[in-house]
Amino acid sequence: MRNPNRPLSPHLTIYRPQLTSLLSVLHRGTGVFVTMAAVLLVVWVMALAAGPEYYELLQQVLGHWFGQLVLLGITFSLAYHLCNGIRHLVWDTVRAFELKAVYLGGYMVLAGSVVLTALVWVIAYAGEF
Amino acid sequence: MAEFRLPANSRIRKGYTYRAPDAEKSENIRRIRVYRYDPEGGATPRMDTYEIDADSAGPMVLDALIKIKDEVDPTLTFRRSCREGICGSCAMNIDGTNTLACTKGMDEIKGDVKVYPLPHMDVIKDLVPDLNHFYAQYASLEPWIKTETPTPPDRERLQSKEEREALDGLYECILCACCSTSCPSYWWNGDRYLGPAALLQAYRWVADSRDEGTGERLDDLNDSFKLYRCHTIMNCTATCPKGLNPGKAIGAIKRLIAERET
Repeated sequence: MRNPNRPLSPHLTIYRPQLTSLLSVLHRGTGVFVTMAAVLLVVWVMALAAGPEYYELLQQVLGHWFGQLVLLGITFSLAYHLCNGIRHLVWDTVRAFELKAVYLGGYMVLAGSVVLTALVWVIAYAGEF
Repeated sequence: MAEFRLPANSRIRKGYTYRAPDAEKSENIRRIRVYRYDPEGGATPRMDTYEIDADSAGPMVLDALIKIKDEVDPTLTFRRSCREGICGSCAMNIDGTNTLACTKGMDEIKGDVKVYPLPHMDVIKDLVPDLNHFYAQYASLEPWIKTETPTPPDRERLQSKEEREALDGLYECILCACCSTSCPSYWWNGDRYLGPAALLQAYRWVADSRDEGTGERLDDLNDSFKLYRCHTIMNCTATCPKGLNPGKAIGAIKRLIAERET
C-alpha cells in the first residue's frame, strides 16, 4: 500500500536493462503485435472475398516497402513469440532456471527467431523467381 | 494498471556537488552520485554528487557511503549493520542493479557510482525505503512449521539428509528485498503480487518435509495476483546478492499447483 505523501523511488528509468527483462518485454510486445496482425490477416481474407480489384489494392499496399517492413515485423514477432513460448514451456517444467541456462536460452531464442524469419523470407522471395 | 511515470513529488532534481578536499594529492578520486530525500521541508528528491579519495576508503560501496557520512555529510541516511552480507540491511540500487552495498566492490563499477534506494518503494529518507508492506507480505505466508500430527514425545521432528538438502538455496535468504524490488511485475502490482522474496519463502515451507500445511499453503498461493503475476522475467535471480534462485522456486510452486489439479 503506497503512502502518497512519501516519494516513490525511481524504477524503470534507473534499472539497468538486461537480457532477462528485455526479452520479457519483447515477448509481451510481440504478443500484442501478432494479435494486431491477426486483424490484418482478416482484412486480407476479406479483400480476397471482395473481388480482384480490392485484392489487387491490398497486394499493392503490402508490396510497398513499408508494407513489406510491417510484414517482416510480423514474421519476426511470430517467430520470436513462438520460440520464447517454447522457452516458457520448458520453464513450466522447472528446468533451465539456473542463470547460465536463462542467458543461454535467451540467446538461443533470439538466434532461432532470426533464422526462422530469414527462412520464411527466403522461401517467400524464392517463389517469385 | 501500471503507472510508469514517477508522481510529481518523486521526480528527481539536481543536487549539490561536494568536491574532494585534497583532490590534487589523490590518484583515485571516485564520484559517487547518491539519491537524497529529506522528509522535512517539503522539497522533492535530488541527486547529490560526492567526490572521494577511494584509496583512503574501504573497498566496498558501503565503505564509501560511511566515509561520506563520517567526513563530508553526516545527514546522509542509509541502513547498515553487519557489513558482511548476512543482515540484508544495506540493500540498495547500485550501478543499475539491486545489491548489498557491503558486498559490492567499488572496483566492480566503471565511472560514476550511482546509488538509489530500492526501486519503486516509498522513501522514508535518502536510501531508506519503507519495507512494512514487504514484511507484511512475508508474514502473510505464516512462515513457521505447521503440523497436524503430534510432536514425537522423545525426540524432535527428524529429517533425512535428502529432505534437509531440499531446503538448500531456500533457507539462506536474508529478506533484503533486492529481488522483489528488481521485479517489474512487483513494481506494477506489488500491492497484491507477493514478489520473488516472499514466494521463495513460501516455497521454503512447502518444500520442508516436516511441514504438514502444504495443501492449505498451495490453496492460499493459487491466486492470479499473489503468485501468477510472475511472468518469469528472472530479474530476481539475476540480482540476488546471495546467489539464490527465486524464479526457480516460483516455477516449482506453479508446477506443484498444476500437478495437484490434474
